[in-house]
Amino acid sequence: MQMRNAAVLKLSRRHTLLGSLALLGGLSKASLAGTITDAGKASVSATAPKRIVTIGSAITEIVFALGEKSNVVAIDLTSMGVAGAQGLTNVGYMRALSTEGVLSQAPDLICVSSDSGPPAVLDALRASGVPFALIPHAPTIEGIKVKVTLLGTLLDKAAEAEKLSADIDVAFAKLAEKIATVKQRPKVLFVLSLADNRIMAGGHTTAADTMITLAGGVNIATSFAGYKPISAETILETPPDAVVMMNNGENSHETGEVFANTAFVGSPAAKSGALFKMDGSYLLGFGPHTAEAATELARKLHPDLPL
Amino acid sequence: MGKLAGQQREQHRILIPALIVILALMSVASVATGAVKIDVSSLPGILFGSGQASARDGVIVWSVRLPRTFLAVLVGASLAASGAVLQGLFRNPLADPGLVGVSSGSVLAAVATIVLGQNYFGEIATRLLPVTAFIGGLLTTILLYTIATRDGRTYTATMLLGGIAIGAITMALTGVLIFMSTEQQLREFTFWSLGSLAGATWAKTASVSLFMLFALCLWSILARGLDRLALGEAEAGHMGVNVQILKRAAIVATALLTGAAVSVSGAIGFIGLVVPHLLRLVMSPRHRFLIPAAALLGAILLLAADMVARTIVAPAELPIGIVTACLGGPVFLWMLLTNVRRIET
Repeated sequence: MQMRNAAVLKLSRRHTLLGSLALLGGLSKASLAGTITDAGKASVSATAPKRIVTIGSAITEIVFALGEKSNVVAIDLTSMGVAGAQGLTNVGYMRALSTEGVLSQAPDLICVSSDSGPPAVLDALRASGVPFALIPHAPTIEGIKVKVTLLGTLLDKAAEAEKLSADIDVAFAKLAEKIATVKQRPKVLFVLSLADNRIMAGGHTTAADTMITLAGGVNIATSFAGYKPISAETILETPPDAVVMMNNGENSHETGEVFANTAFVGSPAAKSGALFKMDGSYLLGFGPHTAEAATELARKLHPDLPL
Repeated sequence: MGKLAGQQREQHRILIPALIVILALMSVASVATGAVKIDVSSLPGILFGSGQASARDGVIVWSVRLPRTFLAVLVGASLAASGAVLQGLFRNPLADPGLVGVSSGSVLAAVATIVLGQNYFGEIATRLLPVTAFIGGLLTTILLYTIATRDGRTYTATMLLGGIAIGAITMALTGVLIFMSTEQQLREFTFWSLGSLAGATWAKTASVSLFMLFALCLWSILARGLDRLALGEAEAGHMGVNVQILKRAAIVATALLTGAAVSVSGAIGFIGLVVPHLLRLVMSPRHRFLIPAAALLGAILLLAADMVARTIVAPAELPIGIVTACLGGPVFLWMLLTNVRRIET
């Protein structure tokens, strides 16, 4: 991945060089943006896009953070909570996109997180002739930086992207340094939903698992991958010190209601009322604010740690 | 009785041409509407290449709306005509294309492709979904047919009950796979199972139209046999109908057609069950007229549902299965309530 990024960066530098040469020669008036190889292994380039459609909250956040907010015309449903996204057109849920819906925004660049769908619509959008960039999604720090680098190159904001990437590194390093001093790591359970008192927990290889680890906690739901229903007995066996949930929409539960569940009876979390609720896309989105979100979670998990 | 039946018998003379006209108008409307505003007056220019249409409008009409309109017509017609044939074959008003196991098999194959396929074969599995869904539907039908056939005779009651049993088994396996799935795979499957024509391409349209042509030819031969079957299997046999061949041909054709429809559009319920009923309330139940009329009305309804699905929340889009159920459910109930007496006799 890293090697490919290096190649992409090199390629973009050459393009910028060509661009400057062209400008010097007075041949081109438009500033040349970069060319990237996207998650679909396609070469994508954009020229000073004015009508960008962003799909996926991390993509939207990064494009905003790179200073291109004024050129974004439409976003997806998951991006509606991104600061500054209010008032932009919503083209629907990222996994149920509509070809014509996206094209109706007359975009000149479509940036899509690779976990979007359906595949046939992504194919159709790519075939529509509008520059279409599929940005790889991975719930890791490296994954965030790949998104930043690719979007920075594509939007001709390489310097801003480099700075953003460096900021992200610094923020995570600062957090890791503090977390390294923690002796007793709290046992944490991420609860995705509590419908009908059945607990859906975040297992390993989930964004929630990564966030718990980054914040200096230990995920107790490690016997399975993904978000799955977990038995009350498993939780009773390893009682959590803290429970993390999302605080959006119907997923919001009161502390008393959550800890009334038999699975949490007698757990340290229930005793201290340690239920921490955070915005879903802030906590799990893996965008430019993830370091902040991880720090905020760390602050909740380690109230004594100066963060 | 005599007067009413006589009237009903002649209804198809007006009804079928009327349905053809409505379908033609609806098709034009379908190409003219969508999230992108395209003036109706510029349509001929885009379609026949004379006017000064923008490149984007060309892409929208040629690669989004036209294949989608054709696909809606073909899928709607396939589901409704299959429903008409199966209700005739099983002499059961509750028969729908799901009964011969196609739908449950397709659903199982689809979820297996999404969950297992992606784990072992990566992204390529998603592209193969239409093919695997089709094969899955066909395999279940073959299994069900084998179960219900003893000594060269297919027992329809066994097939109906076997269909329920196989449905339960595939549902259990689907449940296991859903449990194994990741959040993303689960959502992919949910949207697939709600049905959508959003992924329409010319290739899909062409493949479904082949099955449709084959099935329509077959059914025009079967129509008389199905009419006689309405009197009972033995009676039909006495009237010179080879009941076994009739059953086999009807089941194979339905499985192929429904499998093809489900594979390109996901699981779209309701059309196959309701359309033949609506028609039997107003026209002759003779299959020669009922099957083509069902195909036409199915196409019209699915086209209408798709227009609603892609415009009502534009630029987002509703899954079409929701629309067919929302539009069809109340209409069906109303038809039932106003015709209770006629249905019961």
